[in-house]
Amino acid sequence: MSLCEGIRQVIEAQADQHAIQAVKRVRLEIGKFSGVEKPALEFAFEVVMRGSVAEGAVLEMIDLPGKAMCYDCMHEVEIDNRLDPCPDCGGGKLMPVSGDEMKIKYLEVV
Amino acid sequence: MCTVCGCGTGKVEGQSHSHDHSHGHGHDHSHDHSHGHHHHHDHSHDHGHSHDIHFGNGPAGVEVPGMTQERLIEIETDILAKNDRYADANRATLRGLNTFAINLVSSPGSGKTTLLCKTIEMLGDQPLAVIEGDQQTANDAERIRATGAPAVQVNTGKGCHLDGHMVGHAMEHLNLVEGSMLFIENVGNLVCPAGFDLGEDCKVAILSVTEGEDKPLKYPDMFTASRIALLNKVDLAPHCDVDLDLYEKNLRRVNPGIEIIRVSARTGEGMDNWLNWLKGSLERKRGALAAE
Repeated sequence: MSLCEGIRQVIEAQADQHAIQAVKRVRLEIGKFSGVEKPALEFAFEVVMRGSVAEGAVLEMIDLPGKAMCYDCMHEVEIDNRLDPCPDCGGGKLMPVSGDEMKIKYLEVV
Repeated sequence: MCTVCGCGTGKVEGQSHSHDHSHGHGHDHSHDHSHGHHHHHDHSHDHGHSHDIHFGNGPAGVEVPGMTQERLIEIETDILAKNDRYADANRATLRGLNTFAINLVSSPGSGKTTLLCKTIEMLGDQPLAVIEGDQQTANDAERIRATGAPAVQVNTGKGCHLDGHMVGHAMEHLNLVEGSMLFIENVGNLVCPAGFDLGEDCKVAILSVTEGEDKPLKYPDMFTASRIALLNKVDLAPHCDVDLDLYEKNLRRVNPGIEIIRVSARTGEGMDNWLNWLKGSLERKRGALAAE
């Protein structure tokens, strides 16, 4: 819910700046490790956008891969789940380096 | 994340508090389909509610027929950008005061407040202040004030975490002095507080031995975001069939760089190591700021 409030604030600021009448589509980039529950975000989005320029807008979410540094083989590797072992060496000491993104990429507007 | 829990806006205890965002009319949504849970809508609505059709309502006050204005606007903005701006402002204030701030995170009942009271007692004349976050009640701030330390309670209401804005407000009420330690006790929750920067120097995760060795694996984000973990209530370990080494192994699995200190706020075991870490961190920050 606070994420959606954040999205609404960004959209409203953009609406003032760019003379936007309505937002048709909102594209987000969500990292695999960001902790965002996509169905929950979708539900909250619909509710929070009511009454804003983005009421009824389509929400699109793009997954970004999760990357981690393996402390055993010192390679940067891509993993699907937070607790997966290193695909290169099988090591279990992985420090996430990216995948926690939560970004609004673009708005399709009228 | 907290898209699921319906976080509201917090209030600082004892303060009537005006926000720069407007809360419009109360808004009852009645849904025909039945929901197993209650929805709380407290978002703002500022539309005018006239259902007349107006063509001059566009931003430029005009509407040109036949001209579609669909376009893309690249934004590339972090969703939490607004929180991060508040956090940056807090961080700048803390730097100006040579103050070392920690964000204490854990599940409810891990012993944060007891540990904090003991820490304050043992730190003696070190200047410090406390911000207490809870959904309801000022109990924890009262417990802290009983030790003689200044404390301000932030009640988050429906919210499940403190954010940069709330902490900025709370800091205004604390009259922080030069060279302080600021302890921010977050709402007991191992999920959402991981994502919200408050402007602190680092997060400190508290994990009590009664919680189960696999807690770090179940809630990896929080332990990855923390610089140090305090394994609390170690005096209870012999009574609860737990493997302290396995706790440490699981913590290092989700965060290979994490420091771990075993403590018991009740018996005082390990508290010296924790205090040394705190004093060392404050000194390092002051040294680094002086060198700039």
